[in-house]
Amino acid sequence: MGVGEGGGAGAGRVVIEPFVRHTGAVAALPRADVDTDQIIPKQFLKRVERTGFGPALFYDWRFRPDGSLNPAFELNRPEAQGATILVAGANFGCGSSREHAVWALSEYGFRAILAPSFADIFYANCCQNGVLAVCLSPEEIAELLRRHAAGGGGGGGVYRLSIDLAEQRVEDGAGFAARFAIEAYRREMLLHGLDEIGRTLLVDSEIAAFECGMRNAECGIDERPSGPRERS
Amino acid sequence: MTPRTLFRKVWDAHVVHRFPEGPALLYVDLHLVHEVTSPQAFEGLRQAGRRVRRPELTVATVDHNVPTGDRALPIEDPVSARQLDALAANAREFGVELFDLRSPSQGIVHVIGPEQGLTQPGMIIVCGDSHTSTHGAFGALAVGIGTSEVEHVLATQCLVWSEPRTMEARLTGTAGPGVTAKDLILALIGSIGTAGATGHVIEYTGDAIRALSMEERMTVCNMSIEAGARAGMIAPDETTFAYLAGRPRAPTGAAWTRAVEAWRGLQSDPGATYDRRVTLDAARVPPQVTWGTSPGMVTGVTGAVPDPADYPTDDERRAVSRALEYMGLEPGTPLAGLPIDRVFLGSCTNGRIEDLRAAAQVVRGRRVASGVRAMVVPGSQLVRAQAEREGLDRVFREAGFEWRNAGCSMCLGMNPDILQPGERCASTSNRNFEGRQGRGGRTHLMSPPMAAAAAVAGRLVDVREWAWEREGERERAAS
Repeated sequence: MGVGEGGGAGAGRVVIEPFVRHTGAVAALPRADVDTDQIIPKQFLKRVERTGFGPALFYDWRFRPDGSLNPAFELNRPEAQGATILVAGANFGCGSSREHAVWALSEYGFRAILAPSFADIFYANCCQNGVLAVCLSPEEIAELLRRHAAGGGGGGGVYRLSIDLAEQRVEDGAGFAARFAIEAYRREMLLHGLDEIGRTLLVDSEIAAFECGMRNAECGIDERPSGPRERS
Repeated sequence: MTPRTLFRKVWDAHVVHRFPEGPALLYVDLHLVHEVTSPQAFEGLRQAGRRVRRPELTVATVDHNVPTGDRALPIEDPVSARQLDALAANAREFGVELFDLRSPSQGIVHVIGPEQGLTQPGMIIVCGDSHTSTHGAFGALAVGIGTSEVEHVLATQCLVWSEPRTMEARLTGTAGPGVTAKDLILALIGSIGTAGATGHVIEYTGDAIRALSMEERMTVCNMSIEAGARAGMIAPDETTFAYLAGRPRAPTGAAWTRAVEAWRGLQSDPGATYDRRVTLDAARVPPQVTWGTSPGMVTGVTGAVPDPADYPTDDERRAVSRALEYMGLEPGTPLAGLPIDRVFLGSCTNGRIEDLRAAAQVVRGRRVASGVRAMVVPGSQLVRAQAEREGLDRVFREAGFEWRNAGCSMCLGMNPDILQPGERCASTSNRNFEGRQGRGGRTHLMSPPMAAAAAVAGRLVDVREWAWEREGERERAAS
């Protein structure tokens, strides 16, 4: 289930789907310090493609050692099926830098993750893949979890949220609304599905000028603390 | 001029461009590459028709996935083999130097960078691995990046980075006997929490840091990421220069003299300010042992497994209960005395020659307890060769340790070196996450001497008492 679009068959960079506005069902993972080893365990890191990680998302939590579904795990509950928004605890995505964690979340179907805080590398990896990581206050996340439990977890209903990146706003249409902060650079990247390399190469002449300065530094002309190593 | 921190000096020297919307474009001096996080990046280059902009500033090695057994045998796992082959093919195609399994200098990426003298003060260093923070021990700004960023650096030799905040971690006093750099960093993480330095670059300062060797400083900076910091730094000094002098890729002759002169300026200026400051008295730190499933779940070996009821919030109580259930531990159980099944000596945190020496010192003339499987996985083949020259391999083998080839091995269990469900492991690695060393495996992080003592005792012990039990130990240590 839940293999999202945009995966494609190519092994390399896929076209990033812009994120402007999204409404979807919420899955809750009310745990702090969810590390990327849990999101995608190491035995699945041997692939040389960017795709194929969705089925292994949270593998050791989703599946029992015999391979059967673990019904107690939050994402296996009926109301979490088809969820596209994940609400989680603080320090989400800590640990290993593996971008495979974001590829797995994205391929499984998640377009946005809401948490009180994210690990730095994971946050950057989300932006690179069109996945919106939204930082809300611990109180706001607690309120979302309460509403999710009341609307979904308890009654079997589905709790839905709308996220508007242009407006930097999250709301549930039932009285919850919150603003969130995001750096303008990341926001632009997500809104337009920009390729960061292409964006950087727009200032290629400045990179070339910097390299020219480095070469001068090697002759002692500049005060740069270190130059590139020489090939031995 | 405004006083600047070490971080600020290195950052300022590398700004290529400032995006009006926030981040800076920073020039990368050294890009380290390994087999797990790079294949998709190289494929991206190929698809876009791009080349590696500065192949001579890019160095690749195989470490995460490699078997650590007999190198003469073919790799059994075809998927692992494919990943190693992919890196070899990419290195050839894009003109990148590769330390492969045949290289006598192959090893863990964060061990070989410093060992070769590739890692130098003042550099910006990146690698698709969170423990890149290790290289900050030289006064470099070294950060772990994701695969998309790896591709970006390959293509542009630059990294887009929003300026982090700064934190000074001042370690004062003198660490007691039997207390290592690993204990200091674990104690710091325990004190500020695993997200304590998120969004920050840590600069480690103070007498307790100055007293450390380069390898010990690497252990400290290595685990910065376990406190949430993408990078940790230590200002270079005579210890740094002495370590680097004569390394294969370090500057030589007049270039060396010029470099050292420039490196001496890489200190935080008096009066430079940090966004946050924390302190730790090294003299008060006992040997540390983790009891839970996050590096911040740590206490002194003299301590006991905590009681979830003693935590102030619901979230913490839940997290601790969950960790204890996974670890198979009851509140109040003393950590010393806990029986173990496995011992792992190695990793980018503690797989260097000084780590092996410290562990061998404890093991010498003793045997691994029956029922315990213990292995030593040197951080690089050069570390392995050095240890063999010193006879450490014999010390370990005679004690019943497995003596293996270099790689990440059981630190993350991507290769065949993994724990079985329920096995309890004394490990010198950096992460005790659920399943990190194998599904259902129970990891206790500690220093090399502590892990070595645990191997011999078959249970967690306080290495300080262990040393007292040994006749002649102190004489040997003094000689």
